Amino acid sequence: MRTIIFIAKRLVYSVFVLIGLSILIFTIARVMPGHPARMALGSRAPDWAVERLREEMHLNESLYVQYYYWAKDALHGDFGVSLVTRRGVANDIREFFPASLELTLYAGIFMGIMGIILGTISGWYNNTWIDNLVRIISYIGIVTPSFVFAIFFVLIFGYVLEIFPTMGRLTPGVVHPPLITKMITFDALITGHFAVFFDALKHLFLPAVSLAMGGMAQEARITRSALTDNVNKDYIASERSCGIPERTIMFKYLLKPSFIPTISIYGLDFASLLGNAFLIELIFNWPGLSRYGMNAMLRKDLNAMTAVILVFGLVFIIVNIIVDLIVGYLDPRIRLGAERTQ
Amino acid sequence: MAKPLLEIKDMYVWFKVFGGILKVLDGVNFIVYPGEKVGLVGEMGCGKTTTMKAIMRILPMPPAVIPRGEILFKGQDILKMKQVKLQHLRKKEISMIFQDPTAALNPVFTIGTQLQDTIRFAEKSGKNTEKEGIRTRAIQVLKEVSLPDPERVLQNYPLQLSGGMRQRVCISMALVSTNELLIADEPGTSLDVTIKDQILRLLKELAEKRNTSIILISHALGAVRGMTDRLYVMYAGSMVEVAKTKELFAHPLHPYSQGLLAATPRLTGGGIGEGIDGRIPEYINPPTGCRFHPRCKQAMPICKDKKPPFFKVGKDHEVACFLFQNHR
Ligand SMILES: Nc1ncnc2c1ncn2[C@@H]1O[C@H](COP(=O)(O)OP(=O)(O)OP(=O)(O)O)[C@@H](O)[C@H]1O
Ligand code: SF4
Ligand SMILES: [Mg+2]
Repeated sequence: MRTIIFIAKRLVYSVFVLIGLSILIFTIARVMPGHPARMALGSRAPDWAVERLREEMHLNESLYVQYYYWAKDALHGDFGVSLVTRRGVANDIREFFPASLELTLYAGIFMGIMGIILGTISGWYNNTWIDNLVRIISYIGIVTPSFVFAIFFVLIFGYVLEIFPTMGRLTPGVVHPPLITKMITFDALITGHFAVFFDALKHLFLPAVSLAMGGMAQEARITRSALTDNVNKDYIASERSCGIPERTIMFKYLLKPSFIPTISIYGLDFASLLGNAFLIELIFNWPGLSRYGMNAMLRKDLNAMTAVILVFGLVFIIVNIIVDLIVGYLDPRIRLGAERTQ
Repeated sequence: MAKPLLEIKDMYVWFKVFGGILKVLDGVNFIVYPGEKVGLVGEMGCGKTTTMKAIMRILPMPPAVIPRGEILFKGQDILKMKQVKLQHLRKKEISMIFQDPTAALNPVFTIGTQLQDTIRFAEKSGKNTEKEGIRTRAIQVLKEVSLPDPERVLQNYPLQLSGGMRQRVCISMALVSTNELLIADEPGTSLDVTIKDQILRLLKELAEKRNTSIILISHALGAVRGMTDRLYVMYAGSMVEVAKTKELFAHPLHPYSQGLLAATPRLTGGGIGEGIDGRIPEYINPPTGCRFHPRCKQAMPICKDKKPPFFKVGKDHEVACFLFQNHR
């Protein structure tokens, strides 16, 4: 019950956050210098055509009026027409978003699990060669942009070793499973096309891993430092002095408090995935929304960029609600503290 | 006299930290006889907790190292014990109550989980099969430390309890895993005075009922005076004087003890005051010889060069000070 109230509250907040975000993005998009109508139609289009498009898009009205028109349509699920693809933005998003979501989900899972495992090993074997190795990997992971990893992995695994594909979501010729979620691995699993599932997974591997490296390194570092801090806490000493075996202390009493900071910042790391996905999608020729959004920005495709940013905002909000739920579950200080102030 | 239950012989503990080596414990000698209540007093940072953690072998290593010394418990060196023996010692024989009960309880597990695990490993087979028995026992020990509503306490997290309740929970855990020696590191210091008195009284009662030896560390000289049979005074990493508690309060001999014990009104006995000028020296470059010499009004040339050993000045009275080397 408490959980349901928590989620409901957060969802209500989220609505306000999204409204705020939409106003912000909308305003930024409109006040940016440039001529969206002209760019949409190309330099050779006659002036009257450009003027008509401006009329259609209400670009001659005041900002408030423009936002009013936009919001009215948005509430009906209509985010306008993309100036570039000339199709409904909502349609475009439905087409491109699943690929991005699939990529970031796998990257997010890899980032979380590997970050925690590496950090835990590093923390447990504090100051041994294993720890040093993990720490070096973490430093490299943090200072190297994800596209550098991408290019590097493409070279090594794609061209030299030839064990992973470097382009697209499926090997050409492999038939798409029926479209349900439009995330190929899920669709393939649901419909029982396991060969397709593994093919899609193989295609996901390099982009997801390159995308996840930075966040993974961050998570590993935070897990490690929480572990090495907590292992010297009095409560661990006290548990030892009561004769609780080392294994129980390490796996139970040490891990739970040490994972809390890692999971708390997971939401932020996930945001960095969304942000970095653009270059990864470009390098791996991944037909995703990040690429679409970046193109929209470069071409002043107002409707498209506003919608894309809102979608990412929504993903970020959902991930953070989940993160907060997990942290609340793990940490009574947060759960009970929140209860008390309510 | 009976054989010692616990005997620390010439123990050194260093901490290797970034800025150098902290030579904290500097030849500690310390004895507890069976059934005895021993007090340990000394300024903040003189190494009391470090000594006790060494006994339980819970010093963080690294940074801590023990370059020299023995801790004999019933004749066996704890520092050399194999894991199995050590676990037995922690489960059944020695236990420690930590200075700060809030820090000593794991914040993300319920009291029930922590106490029942302690019971499970200390008293039962360690298997999860005797759940009901363990729970009953947990409730029983919580009652022993006079906690009201033990069923609810078991479900609570540490942050839902008051400081005094947390302290009692810590004591209950220590009780489960002690038969022979209970180390109480400033019990109740973080609590207000009445609750602190209650805690001390509770400890004394429990120890007497079970005939457990106690090491009581406290800044409250009044409490130490009332509760202990023998008293050690510690300064900058070693024991400087030991005697029967009464005797030591009546006739402190070491210049440091004199300052320390004289610093408080004899009858009421408040906290350790600023009876002596200066403070504990740095541990990276501690003074040579007697570590007290920079603060000692009676320092002699020899004090800078040599570390004074214990000199016997009475039946149970020993002083580590060159003023007493030709005693008798
Ligand atoms: N883990 C550690 N790393 C580095 N130095 C430490 C560590 N633990 C203790 N020390 C140092 O050892 C010295 C003695 O500390 P200890 O906690 O034993 O003092 P204490 O006598 O218990 O003091 P208090 O009355 O404040 O509890 C202090 O100077 C402290 O800084
Ligand atoms: S040994 Fe010397 S310096 Fe140390 S307490 Fe005695 S007189 Fe003072
Ligand atoms: Mg202490």
